[in-house]
Amino acid sequence: MKNCEYQQIDLLALPTATPTPAPLHGGDTVQRREPRKARRKWEVFPGKNRFYCGGRIIVARQSGVLPLTLGLILITSGLFFTFDCPFLVKHLTCCIPVIGGVLFVFVIITLLQTSFTDPGILPRATQDEAADIEKQIDSNGSTSYRPPPRTKEVLINQQVVKLKYCFTCKMFRPPRTSHCSLCDNCVERFDHHCPWVGNCVGKRNYRFFYTFIVSLSFLTAFIFGCVTTHLALRAQGGKGLVFALQESPGSAVELVICFFSVWSILGLSGFHTYLVASNLTTNEDIKGSWSGKGGEGVTNPYSHRNIIINCCSVLCAPMPPSLIDRRGFLPEDESAQTGCAEIELPTLATKSEMNVCTQGTKDLLESAALSPLLSTSCPQGKPHSADSSFTAKPNTSPELPPQRPKAHPTVKTSTPRRTKTQSRKCKRAALHVPTPVYEDPLTPSSPEAGPESKTH
Amino acid sequence: MATEFHNLQELRHSASLANKVFIQRDYSEGTTCRFQTKFPSELESRIEQTLFEDTVKTLNNYYAEAEKIGGQSYVEGCLACFTAYLIFLCMETRYEKVLKKIAKYIQEQNEKIYAPRGLLLTDPIERGMRVVEISIYEDRGSSGSSSGSSSVSGSTTR
Repeated sequence: MKNCEYQQIDLLALPTATPTPAPLHGGDTVQRREPRKARRKWEVFPGKNRFYCGGRIIVARQSGVLPLTLGLILITSGLFFTFDCPFLVKHLTCCIPVIGGVLFVFVIITLLQTSFTDPGILPRATQDEAADIEKQIDSNGSTSYRPPPRTKEVLINQQVVKLKYCFTCKMFRPPRTSHCSLCDNCVERFDHHCPWVGNCVGKRNYRFFYTFIVSLSFLTAFIFGCVTTHLALRAQGGKGLVFALQESPGSAVELVICFFSVWSILGLSGFHTYLVASNLTTNEDIKGSWSGKGGEGVTNPYSHRNIIINCCSVLCAPMPPSLIDRRGFLPEDESAQTGCAEIELPTLATKSEMNVCTQGTKDLLESAALSPLLSTSCPQGKPHSADSSFTAKPNTSPELPPQRPKAHPTVKTSTPRRTKTQSRKCKRAALHVPTPVYEDPLTPSSPEAGPESKTH
Repeated sequence: MATEFHNLQELRHSASLANKVFIQRDYSEGTTCRFQTKFPSELESRIEQTLFEDTVKTLNNYYAEAEKIGGQSYVEGCLACFTAYLIFLCMETRYEKVLKKIAKYIQEQNEKIYAPRGLLLTDPIERGMRVVEISIYEDRGSSGSSSGSSSVSGSTTR
């Protein structure tokens, strides 16, 4: 290890990148002739996410039924504005398309924000952190190949809470954090994985999700009411419903869609309003974490005991930053080895721990700090879990960062497939644990039980 | 006593990383960002406890300020809601402003207090807000210093 440390420090002393001790596969020499292209961290992100617009947009790997959701909303609204609005404007008031338009815009914007926002993904632990935690755990003497699930108890507001160890992310999950196996990420304040929006719902996008379902329930109810009024007006004078439907066939489609969806969406909105008011997540509600079945005196330690304060803390709290630095650049020596990205990924990604986003002297020191310890893993292409302790820049905006002084021209042709393939291959190559078994309480594909299970 | 470095440049040139200490999160008050102020034993020989505790407490205060729910955050939240949260695309959020202050503070602490003692603080945002990582350096020039041991006290001589 000592040799490795000094070796790494020598590397750092050199201004240019030097070959790493890790074996490089064929094809790499070909790539070296290409000009060096700085790579961004989203390209080596280990979770099962896809990135677009150069890392600005993040979605789950499976988009679920997001196209269906969008399609239904667009079709229903389109039919509404085409068939019902003209009639209603003539016979009632011109406010109707205005209100409908506002609601429609709200729904679409919040839906897209829910789908494309980082839900609060926790970057995986760095190697050093993971080693430190292992040291603390092993000091308790577990030597089996597959250690039992590790838990740690903390006291939160006089309530005992168990923190579970995540084998994929190599860290003890903070309270209210859960690992989504569909996205393969730990997500803070994990609510559920919503296939309708094609993303997890967590700390950072819960307010978008809530606004989406509330405005969607208003929109659905509004369209339903307007269509009913429209058909009623057409059918009056003894003409009958069939005549009205023949005159305005689009309304029939809207009626069917709205009738079947308004109940589930209203139910979902009501359920989430209850969750917001009690500062609970869907995950906790389903598991019954705080419902008292664990014994008497078990209450929600996160609740402020006041509905207004709970609502404000969930919906009006300051927007937390994204902890995965998607658009940050990988360090220069990593970017140079972009050739055999799939194969080299373990090495590359290990080095991705090296902080690129510090400034001034801190920059240099960080590089000095991190490389020596990374070198201990370099010969074997270290566990993939160390790959993506992506560091967020302090000055990185959570989404769409418009101001980035050294941003390269946006790579519009982002390669989400490659990211996916890379992360899959990397995972297979480097994971010690063959099949991560998560004590993941919530099966993401059936995110919610209860009244809204129909909806999801 | 630990090796002294006069500035960060000297640290870079003559130091090798010996160990890292991780200050974990303190969840006793919920999920708000706070770090434990317990003084790690590895730092006992490197830095005074009061300095360390001051640093962590100041960081905790910064994070509390960033996450404070009060009048201003309500106004911002409601305004954001009315604009369908589009203002998040245009404006720098309060949290980001405080994160910049924190970065500056950490850099200043490193320059004034930690680097001269052969230590280096890492901004928690770079570790997913999970830990405050403190890197402990040894003077590369001093031979026989242990490179991988967890205890660094006594490894270098003045």
